[in-house]
Amino acid sequence: MTERQTPRRQDAKTQGIDRRAFVTLGLGSGAAALLAACGWDGGTLVRPGLWSISRVNDWVGEKLLYSPTRLARTYPPSERSAALPSYFISRTVPMLGDPAAWRLRVDGLVAQPLELSLDDLMRMPRVSYTVKHHCVEGWSAIASWHGVPVSAIVEQVRPTKAARYISFVSFDADYANGWDMASALHPQTILAYGMNDNPLPAAHGAPLRLYSPTKLGYKLTKYLVSMTFMDQRPGGYWEDQGYPWFGGI
Amino acid sequence: MTATSAPTVRRHHWIVRLTHWATVIVLAGMIASGLQIYEAYARFGNRGGPYFVSLFDGAQFPHWSRLGGWLAGALNWHFALAWPLVAFGLLYLGYLVRSGEWRALLFRPRDVRGAIEMTKYYLHLRREHPPQGKHNPLQKLAYTGVIGLGALAVLTGFAVYKPTQLAWLTTLFGGFQAARYWHFWIVWIFVGFTIMHVILVFAVDPASLRAMLTGSYRGRFPSHD
Repeated sequence: MTERQTPRRQDAKTQGIDRRAFVTLGLGSGAAALLAACGWDGGTLVRPGLWSISRVNDWVGEKLLYSPTRLARTYPPSERSAALPSYFISRTVPMLGDPAAWRLRVDGLVAQPLELSLDDLMRMPRVSYTVKHHCVEGWSAIASWHGVPVSAIVEQVRPTKAARYISFVSFDADYANGWDMASALHPQTILAYGMNDNPLPAAHGAPLRLYSPTKLGYKLTKYLVSMTFMDQRPGGYWEDQGYPWFGGI
Repeated sequence: MTATSAPTVRRHHWIVRLTHWATVIVLAGMIASGLQIYEAYARFGNRGGPYFVSLFDGAQFPHWSRLGGWLAGALNWHFALAWPLVAFGLLYLGYLVRSGEWRALLFRPRDVRGAIEMTKYYLHLRREHPPQGKHNPLQKLAYTGVIGLGALAVLTGFAVYKPTQLAWLTTLFGGFQAARYWHFWIVWIFVGFTIMHVILVFAVDPASLRAMLTGSYRGRFPSHD
């Protein structure tokens, strides 16, 4: 046993010191950085790095883990949750002064910009499903939604080749979200005008909201006024504050 | 054999030492950011219930134990640290396989008998310490278990991260809220393991601490296997 070990010890010694110093230093500074960062989001020193890694995770989520055809599980309406929390960033429930005058503006990099009334949207193909809603906070709830698939709108406005993103904008203060085209074209991504077999309630984004079981709740813009096709990645209300941009689940 | 007369043996390869200490730091960061994330919805179950039975319903963990400051900050820490956690884990497992050291670590059916003998020794039903190799059978059981736990932590993490794209995985753990539940419980098993691990290092074999730092071991259990 001793004979076997002596040479091993020798070659470990020559490299061992540097390695040991390197490892100790690395771990020490790592621990110090972590301790210093405790209780906050990384500060000006670490936060940009964390945000860069978040972009890498967005890429992984969008390019590796996202399937444009995989459908989210659907449930029978009897499994609907007793409650689905709602929120908006305005001080009170955002309401339209004149609901009849409301139009959804579809513009940007498209061959045929459109202004669609609620009746126009209701005359288009209709999708309805009962799915689980996943909030970034960790809660979930099952509800039914019905509306027109975003893909049907895309067909009508015919985006140019340069269009890779859609910016969904609301009348709830400056709430907005940027979407990648692939997620927007998912068969379960809809502009919902109804919830649980009823017209969309004001608390949940009336008259029209984005819905998809492929994204976290904060990506599902409520109180829609426009969708704009863009070649640059649009920001969003929470995304600009540090929440993951892709938000796919 | 006393510690002073014990031979010095090379015990831990630098990969083992690096991944061990790196995992300590990264896992601490994962747990701390996880506790901050937990605060956003401190229960398990769909809105409106029913809820899983949990000791920590509605709990807010102390400020010093949380990392990230708010939900977005904590998520960014958690999803960033997940990379080194998996990378160090794979590096370690790769080393175990390549070096053959998994043999000294993996608890197998033939270790059951030895595990019973070790348990008897600890319960003072047996006077002398049973002969052992690098690790005794109870250590093998603990280390095999904690490596499996690490794998479960990662898998339940993915189940919570992508419940639609990885629906098969989420379903395997019983659904989104159940996956959150297991992901959370794994934390406490890790914490329990770590407390026992540190106690045993100091109470039974303090020389093993030096071995995990420098690679050289000079203590009660010098044999290799």
